[in-house]
Parts: sequence; C-alpha cells; structure tokens
Amino acid sequence: MNSGTTINDEKRYFGFWAYLMSDCLLFGALFAAYAVLRGNVAGGPAGSEIFSLPFVFGETLILLTSSFTAGLASLAAYRGSKRGVLGWLTATFALGAAFLAMEMTEFTRLVRSGNGPQRSGFLTSYFTLVGTHGLHIAAGLLWMAVLIVQIAASRSLTPKMARRVSLLGLFWHFLDIVWIFIFTIVYLMGVM
Amino acid sequence: MFGNLTAAAFEHNWIVNAAVASMGLALVGVAALLTYLRRWRWLWREWLTTLDHKRIGVMYLVVAAVMLFKGGVDALMMRGQQAVAAGAAQGYLSANHYDQIFTAHGVTMIFFVAMPLVFGLFNLIIPLQIGSRDVAFPFLNAVSFWLFAAGAALFNASLAVGHFAATGWLAYPPLSELAYSPGVGVDYWIWCLQIAGIGSLLSGINFLATIITMRAPGMKLMKMPMFIWNALGTIVLVVFAFPVLTATLGMLFLDRFFSMHFFTAAAGGNAMMYVNLIWSWGHPEVYILVLPAFGIFSEVVSVFSEKKIFGYASMVAATAAITLLSFMVWLHHFFTMGAGADVNAFFGIATMVIAIPTGVKIFNWLFTMYKGRVHFTTPMYWFFGFVATFTLGGMAGVLMAVPAADFELHNSLFLVAHFHTMIVGGVLFGLFAGFTYWFPKFTGFKLDERLGKWAFWCWIVGFFLAFVPLYILGFMGATRRLDHYAASTGWQPLFIVAGIGAVIIAIGVLFQLAQIVVSILWRERYRDTTNGDPWNGRTLEWSVGTPVPVYNFAVIPNAAERDPLWEAKRRGCWPPKENPAYEDITLPRNSAVPVIIAALGFLFGFGIVWHIVWLALASAAGIVAALITRSCDNDTEYVISAAEVERMESQRMESRLQKP
Repeated sequence: MNSGTTINDEKRYFGFWAYLMSDCLLFGALFAAYAVLRGNVAGGPAGSEIFSLPFVFGETLILLTSSFTAGLASLAAYRGSKRGVLGWLTATFALGAAFLAMEMTEFTRLVRSGNGPQRSGFLTSYFTLVGTHGLHIAAGLLWMAVLIVQIAASRSLTPKMARRVSLLGLFWHFLDIVWIFIFTIVYLMGVM
Repeated sequence: MFGNLTAAAFEHNWIVNAAVASMGLALVGVAALLTYLRRWRWLWREWLTTLDHKRIGVMYLVVAAVMLFKGGVDALMMRGQQAVAAGAAQGYLSANHYDQIFTAHGVTMIFFVAMPLVFGLFNLIIPLQIGSRDVAFPFLNAVSFWLFAAGAALFNASLAVGHFAATGWLAYPPLSELAYSPGVGVDYWIWCLQIAGIGSLLSGINFLATIITMRAPGMKLMKMPMFIWNALGTIVLVVFAFPVLTATLGMLFLDRFFSMHFFTAAAGGNAMMYVNLIWSWGHPEVYILVLPAFGIFSEVVSVFSEKKIFGYASMVAATAAITLLSFMVWLHHFFTMGAGADVNAFFGIATMVIAIPTGVKIFNWLFTMYKGRVHFTTPMYWFFGFVATFTLGGMAGVLMAVPAADFELHNSLFLVAHFHTMIVGGVLFGLFAGFTYWFPKFTGFKLDERLGKWAFWCWIVGFFLAFVPLYILGFMGATRRLDHYAASTGWQPLFIVAGIGAVIIAIGVLFQLAQIVVSILWRERYRDTTNGDPWNGRTLEWSVGTPVPVYNFAVIPNAAERDPLWEAKRRGCWPPKENPAYEDITLPRNSAVPVIIAALGFLFGFGIVWHIVWLALASAAGIVAALITRSCDNDTEYVISAAEVERMESQRMESRLQKP
C-alpha cells in the first residue's frame, strides 16, 4: 500500500472520476434550473440582448487552448520531465487566468448596466451557472499554483506529483466540457 | 463586528432554556469527567485525530445516539402537544415553537440519526467484509465524519443562539424565502445540511472507490456479500443524489443572502422548481436509508438460519432495480402540484413498480429461513418485526402511489404514518438488528438477549399504538403539522392513544440503554469465547479476532466464493493450521487536519448564518490553508514490519488461550 504502487493509483483515479461524475450532477441541477428560468426575464433583458457572441467565442478559444496545454503538461508528467510540466502548467495557468479575467469583465459589465443576478429569474440562473463554472476554474487555478510551487521546490518530479498533474488535467478537461455545454446552451441558444 | 448577532438571539422561552441548560451541563460534565480521569490526551490521540475506519465508525454511532435522544424528545413533545391541544386547550407549545420542533424532528432523524448510523456501520463493516485493511481514502474519511459532526454542532447551536427553521424539514419556498422567514432559522437549516451533506457526499465517493477497487483477491462482484451489494447501491445513490441537494441548498442560500430569484414568488422565480429539485435528491435519500437495512437483514437472516441467502442473483438484480428506479419516482411526493394526468400516471406506475423488487427481497428472506435452522435471537426478532411492519407500510405506499387516492391523502397524517412505518419499521429496525449482530465483533461480548427482546416488544407494540391511530386520523381528514385542532373533530382520543404509543417506544429505548449498560458492566458473563465468531458467521469480518487489530487482516484473505468463512469451515480448513507468511503493513498516521477543517467549517457556517462576513471569509481561507498544508505533508503513513505483525498476532493468540 505504498504511495507509488498500482493499486493505489487505481483507487485514486477511480475516486477522482467518481468525484467528477458527482460534480457533473451538480452542474446538471444548475443547467436544469437555467432551462426552467431562462424565459423568466421579468421585464428585464433576454439573453439575446446582453450576450456578446464574439467576446464569449474568444473566452471559449482561450479555455480550449488551456485544455490543450494541460494535456501537454500531463504528457510531460508521464515522461517524468519536470521542466516540461512546469512550463506547460504555467501556460495553462496564464490561459485560465485570462479566461477568468474575461468572465469577470463580462459579469462587471452586466452588473454595471443594472442587469445583475438580482434582476430576474433568468439572470439569477445565468450568473449562478456560469459563476459556478468560474468558481471551479478559480479553484483549479489555486490547485495549479500550489502544484507549480511544490514541483518547483522539489528536486525531481516524484510519482505523487506526476499523479497530481494528471488528476488536475482530468479536472481541467472536465471543466472544459462543462464550458462547451454552457457555450452551446446559454450563449449560442440564447442568441439564436 | 457580529453581523446580525445581538443579545436578543440568546432570549428563549423556558423549554428551550431548559434544553440549552441540560446541553451545557452535559458538555461540562463530559469535560469534567475527562479532566478528572486525565483522558484529554487519550481522547485526542486515540479518537479525535484517528484515521482508523473502525474508530470513525464508533464515533458516528456515538453522535447518532446523542441525536436520537434529541429527536426522540422532539417526538414526545409533539405527541404531548397533539394529545392535549383540542378545542379551548391550547397545549403547552406556541405555534411557532411547535413548527420548529417538527422541523427539527425530521432534520434530526433523517440527517443526524439515520445517516450517521448508516455511515457508522459502513465504516465498521465494509472494509472487514471485503477483506481490506482500510477504506480507499482514510484521510477523506475522517474529513467526512468531522464535517458531519460540524453540521450536527451547528444544528444544535441553533437551539442556544437564535432559533431553527419553522418550515418543515424540506423548507419549501416561498415560505423558506427571506420575505416569509426573515430570521436565521432557515439559514441554520441550509448550512447544517450543507456542511453535513458535503461530508456524506465525500463518504459516498470514498466507499464507492473502496468497494470497487479494494476487495480481497477472488471476490468478484457476484461473490460479494449481500450487505456489500446493498451498500454499493446506497453509495451510488449518495454520489448521484447529494450533489443535487448541494446545488438546491446553494440556490436557496443565494436567494436569501444575495436577493436572487430562483424560487421567489416575484421577479421570475419558480417555487415549484425547488420542490422538483429537492425531491430528486429526497426520494433517492429514502433508499439511501433503507438499502443498508436490506443488506443487514440479508446477513442476519442467512446467519441465523444457517443457510446461504436464497436467490442471490435475484437479490442482486432487485437491489440494482431499486437503485435505478429510485431516481424515477420523485414526483409522487407532489402529485397535487398539477403536473397533469399523464405525468402523474407515469410516476404513479413507476412507484408501484418498485414494490416488485422489494417483494422479491421479502420472499427471498422468507425462503432463506425455509428449512433452515432458525435461531430466535434479538436480530431475528427485529427482522420479524420488520417484515410485518414494512409490508404493511409498503402497501400503504402502493395505495398512495395512485394519484387519485393521493389527492385525498396528500399531507395528511396517513402519509406521516406511512413514512414512519417505512423508516422506523424498515430503516431503524434494520439498524438495530445490525447493531446487535455486529456489536460483539468490536467489543468482544454480546448484548443481553433478554433486555433486547423486551426492548423489541416495547418498540413493536408502541409503534403500532403510535401510528395506527395516525392512519385512521388521516382518513378522518387530519393534516400533518397541526399544533391545535377543534374538539368537534373527535380526533382527541386517537391522538391520546398515539401519545401512549410514543411513551411505550420511549420505554423500549430505556430498555436498549439498560441493555447496553448491563452488557458492559457484566461483560464477562456475555464474553464471546470463540475469538470473534460468536454467531457461527459466514463472511470475512468474522474471520478476524476480537478486538479487530488496527490492520484488520494480518494476511489478506482469499475470497473466491460466497460466504468464504462458512465454506472454509465446512471444508475443515478453518481455523488455519500453520502460521501464515506475514508481510509489512502500511497504515495512515493520525492527523489533526480533519478536526481543524471541521472546526473552521462550523465557524464558516456560523458566520454566514449571522452575516458575520469576516468570520466566514477567514474560516474559508483557513480551510484552504489546512488543505494546502496537508498536500505538502509527505509523511502521512507508517509501516508495521512483518516481524512486528507476527509478534502482535502471537500475542493475540496467547491472550485468547489464557481466557477462561
């Protein structure tokens, strides 16, 4: 039952997948709430009036690219390359932070124009769904930052660190998939 | 500085003051006893910081017992109020206080009694029954327990500081929205459930990984004991249902804290969505509670009939069917909401379909006893009581699954009687059977049989006296949650009978307490002299000695067939003749981090309930810091060498031989 043995890895990967599936259900509930409330604009704006598709498309491209760099970080972890992992994780972090900054910009713009989450049922569910995804991204960035420091401080890439990089990659790809659904259901279907 | 917290939060009526005083006295008493016996260090080292699943299991049971007392007192207070508050008599509880009590009773019994009893037994039994040295994630396991304990503490704090929700145990909006429940009651409700619920979710993930990846060699899925199958169904439900609860509670919190509009009556909220969401967690929750009881009875009936379980494959199929179907029936909790005839018909039929796999189980248990050598022990008494009670309650359920009938019975006392029949007669009787059955495994002595049977008879007689009147009152038109009714209804005699039933149940609880105390005091008389196999058991937990060593199994067993211990005994190769080859065993070190995280979680909940923003933010930051510190800790395990294992095992053998 040492940290490096196969059985240990199996249970950790399985457990993390189980967590991701439960998180998927959490987003499922938020998507359901959005589907129910999206028409309840209560005299406020509908999605087509406030969403800027080019801006969100930019956000999407940045997040997709960060998923790609997260994948490269995992590959570097399998090779045992400390430098590769650090480089690609840093790139992923930068892209993730840029995505989060853009989301914050959009939220601020909406709140400033009087279309905050308190405005209507539609905006409540919109802010909560997209904001929960943003909160996950922020948690992922925190995890990434801690991992970068831990790896940078260690002499070489230990199996434990490599596994964490790989699990973080799973988390990041999962958030990417959730975002694809947000992009489609909230933004594309909201504008069209 | 203190948000909404003012001196007014500490002003209560005399009943609450008495409760708070007794709670405070109990805490001071325990603290004084620990100081007198110089046991603080022992408590911290051996229990509070432990990552041993067996000890965590025991701590779950202790918290559940304390909360059962609280929930039971709530029940007696309600029965007392309804027995007297007819016509001119108003009873001794104000309407608002009564509302808080029925809310607290439901919350206590489901979240803080039934759930910890289930998770306590899972902790104690699952690793032993699958032949594993630990759960998949021991640290996470301790975090789960302590988050649950923090939720329970926050719930109890509402008694002393402020007040609890008066909304009913599921806090439907718009009543639970800020406009209609402006106090802190609903906030306490949200956060005690949120914190405990996250603990449950993490437990679910942990045990799912444990059962899937850590079974002994040879134990294929279809070789697993029935208890493990039922636990697996339970755990799958936890992992898929609890996130929905987390999300729903989160939405209600956003409505209340940030004036959002998920469920408000105005600005485009939709209260009916809440009812759908909460029950799409709530119905699976019913099966989260009852599946473990099914698992326990499968073990108990098989062992005490000295026969393998009848129809193993059909049992597995029935468990899987119940797991799946339990996600497809949530709407039967609100047929009257007006979803339309087609939708109601679908959910009504889906509900009735669940009776089929449940019936399969009942018949399988009965056929297991058929031509078996049945031992009439206390766990079997609970089983017989369960079969009668649960079948009756099940038939009441099928009746209410007819939407047309439900329009008459919805929110009546008939419903209250129905779900108590299921949860007391199903869940609680099952957990009592399991407690009695597995008690000697962890203590080395059995519970007194005579007192146990007296407790059983009080429970079963008291139960029917308390709840048959409620079925009748439901038909007479009595709705649930009444603190007062007109004398002309003619309900009072039945309410008095129900009150007498509750008192008889309370006497049963006293017998159970006496049973535990007597068995501990005169434990030599009840000593298990078989080295851990007092019931002639069939599964792996009975193959290790008592008390179970910290590493569970000195050598990981092989479990290539069902009932592996029974088969080994039958073939004459148990107990093993020669000494096995021992190996080094790696175990997790104790950690204070779970306790710290839970303490901060409690402060976080308290801060957010009272809008003390700095406290909430500081606690959240503290939790993150604790997790980061833990992630940097590379010294989390220790090794017991093979030689040390051999020494410990031979010592255990010697001490066993010296016993009378």
